Amino acid sequence: MGTYIVRRFALMLLTLFGISVLIFVMLRMVPGNIADILFDAAGMIDVSEKAKLEHELGLDKPIIVQYAEWISGLARGDLGYSYVSEKPALDEIAPRIPITAKLAGLALAFSVIFGVPLGVLSAVKQNSMLDYVLRVVSLSGLSMPAFWLGLLILMVFVSAFGSIPIYTDPPQGFWSALGLYSVPAAAVGFRSSALVMRLTRSSMLEVLRQDYIRTARAKGAADWMVNYRHALRNALLPVVTVIGIEAAFLMGGLIVTETVFNIPGVARFLVEAIRWRDYPIVQNLVMFIAAVAVAVNFLIDLLYAVLDPRIRYAS
Amino acid sequence: MTAKLTALAAAVIAAAASISAVPAAEPKHGGILRIYHRETPPSLSIHEEATFSVNVPAMGLFNNLVIYDQHVPQNSMQTIRPELATSWAWSKDNLSLTFKLRHGVTWHDGKPFSAKDVKCTFDLLQDKAQDKFRKNPRKDWYANVADVTINGDDEVTFHLRRPQPSLLAMLASGYTPIYPCHVSPAQMRTHPIGTGPFKFVEMKQNESIKLVRNENYWKKGLPYLDGIEYTIIRNRATAVLAFVAGKVDMTFPTEMTKALIADIKKQDPTAICEIKPINVNTNLIVNRDSPPFNDPQLRRAMALALDRKAFIDIILQGEGDIGGTLLPPPEGVWGMPPDVLKTVAGYGDVNKDREEARAIMKKLGYGPDKPLKIKVSTRNLATYRDPAVVLIDQLKQIYIDGELEPVESSAWFAKVARKDYSVGLNLTGNGIDDPDQAFYENYACTSERNYTHYCNKDLEKLFDQQSAETDVDKRKKLVWEIDKKLQEDVARPVLFHARTGTCWKPYVKNLTIMSNSAYNGYRFEDIWLDK
Repeated sequence: MGTYIVRRFALMLLTLFGISVLIFVMLRMVPGNIADILFDAAGMIDVSEKAKLEHELGLDKPIIVQYAEWISGLARGDLGYSYVSEKPALDEIAPRIPITAKLAGLALAFSVIFGVPLGVLSAVKQNSMLDYVLRVVSLSGLSMPAFWLGLLILMVFVSAFGSIPIYTDPPQGFWSALGLYSVPAAAVGFRSSALVMRLTRSSMLEVLRQDYIRTARAKGAADWMVNYRHALRNALLPVVTVIGIEAAFLMGGLIVTETVFNIPGVARFLVEAIRWRDYPIVQNLVMFIAAVAVAVNFLIDLLYAVLDPRIRYAS
Repeated sequence: MTAKLTALAAAVIAAAASISAVPAAEPKHGGILRIYHRETPPSLSIHEEATFSVNVPAMGLFNNLVIYDQHVPQNSMQTIRPELATSWAWSKDNLSLTFKLRHGVTWHDGKPFSAKDVKCTFDLLQDKAQDKFRKNPRKDWYANVADVTINGDDEVTFHLRRPQPSLLAMLASGYTPIYPCHVSPAQMRTHPIGTGPFKFVEMKQNESIKLVRNENYWKKGLPYLDGIEYTIIRNRATAVLAFVAGKVDMTFPTEMTKALIADIKKQDPTAICEIKPINVNTNLIVNRDSPPFNDPQLRRAMALALDRKAFIDIILQGEGDIGGTLLPPPEGVWGMPPDVLKTVAGYGDVNKDREEARAIMKKLGYGPDKPLKIKVSTRNLATYRDPAVVLIDQLKQIYIDGELEPVESSAWFAKVARKDYSVGLNLTGNGIDDPDQAFYENYACTSERNYTHYCNKDLEKLFDQQSAETDVDKRKKLVWEIDKKLQEDVARPVLFHARTGTCWKPYVKNLTIMSNSAYNGYRFEDIWLDK
């Protein structure tokens, strides 16, 4: 197990290095840089002033030098300065991570709390009215565009309660934060739980047809024991994988939800930074999201061994 | 019956009189004005930016030497009021303009304001200072200023190369605040220091901009507000709902369309909404050096094909104005009046003009079976794309088969500057309603913003002539002559001037939205909240 962890960790570092090269090169392939965007806002092209700005920001250096400077800075914990706000990139990025983490965590909790039990229920009650209803609900969750659902929720809140659950100020205290994040988390979690529900259902159906389930029933085990102890544990393997992927996605993929609910999280900030070609922000933020994705995948791999004792990593 | 009507009329008049006799409510101190902001501004250093996304939150931080009256919607020479200056005087030869400065004004960091700060500001704007702006988009405004000199701490004089009455208009713009000598341009971008009614607290990207009352403001008793908070809401649908739900007291100025206003009024009938011109025109740009567009006849045919009313009806649901380069009256001060406008080629009967355009096209060898194939380039933004689509449809009427080429926003001006387009659609905003700014910036031979590279030396002489003219009526006649010539030369045919809206809650008092510029009306020092 120890060797496996070390090997996987080394692979993680290699993956992150590859991502760093990819994001660095791709970012510079996008037309225009911060100087173009800033002058664009002024509706002018002053070649000398633009060149001066590019020099000031080090954008005129060879790309290899720029990359080396970024990576060496990253290793020292120096993420550089945002081109737009002229503040340290770390100061800009750090406060946004907890915001997105809270939203993503709540959304993930929503999807697991609703998705797994309802998926099991749907499988156990296959082809019943309840199953049909749950399948329609899960399909609608998967097919409903996030921006549409988000705006619909906001409109309902405004017309029914005369208030709007959007972020305008940092919430003070646990309950205030819970109140603020729970509505967008439910909007995101609805789609996510639909995915988990469908996967749990199909995985459970497959497991419920296995011989050992029949054996357990033949031995006279209670239904709940068969369903939840014997079947669910084995059916959870693919579900855990999907939950892991969802967790990684939620850290950087909530652009629509963050925009509609006006949440100043990581995804919205990333899109804005790309719009400004704010390289220090984009590079470091993408690296952070990539690190989260890689780490979550690593944890899922480790979790497999816990869920299924047959899985061993020693070899 | 007549007696009854007379009695009723008398009662109505009496009631109206009694209503008007009620004294206007006394302004109240306190409260935070909450406005949504459409985006994170690049910085709050007004001099370095060229979008009113900056002017709206930043104007309250600063003062100018002079300022347009914040409660007269139409900016004009008659509405210019003293601010950091207490008075001004032109020399007899109109070559110098001297300002007496106000005593007892302090910067937000407590340091005293003096004439040196005015000189520093204009040295920066003219690139004469050791410190430099990162961007200096309006240095051309002061090209005619030879020097700025000071006489002690409370007098400053602008020395001009030739008479230019409009200098005062430029100084009154929201774009011309006075900066402190002791604060670097870099710091002004991140933590601006001004003398204005509000002090900067913080700007968080994608979140908010916060200003707080300047307790030491030199206008005693002002501002009424404790502060202003701009919540940055990128999604307009969310922003509108936030306004309806009362999360913000006011929409971002000039951001509402006619349809959105109808939606707001339906959900909140108490909301006050105004639709006004913003002095931004949508125009056609044609690369005069690229064949076949180097043929003036072809350019004329294109100008004759335009149906300006159709643009306004389709794109703006009727909320727009037809005019030339300068914003048309009644809101515009210098635009051509209707009787002059109808004498300009291309502004008359559309069907007749198109007949003439088709005849020209046929003479040039084009026709229904042999259309001229072109690309219509424009920025990939809805405000550009939508009129470009209508333009393509209208050009089809004269055998020009256009294909839309949406250009990534950041690449647009670079593409236009290197003349890498044949036909394009552009938007031009005017910081002030004054011919000098519009003509020199957009049509002078050497201007960076002369995107079509139209160059007419004779007309440039007229630019100078109108600029130096002190008699307003005479200047207007010259301006109309120039504007007419610009339209007929197809220098940059103006398609329409858009009108857009602003909404606020009824308890927001003393707010005036300017009607001929979107850049000058956000000092907000005497706005108060009646709640």
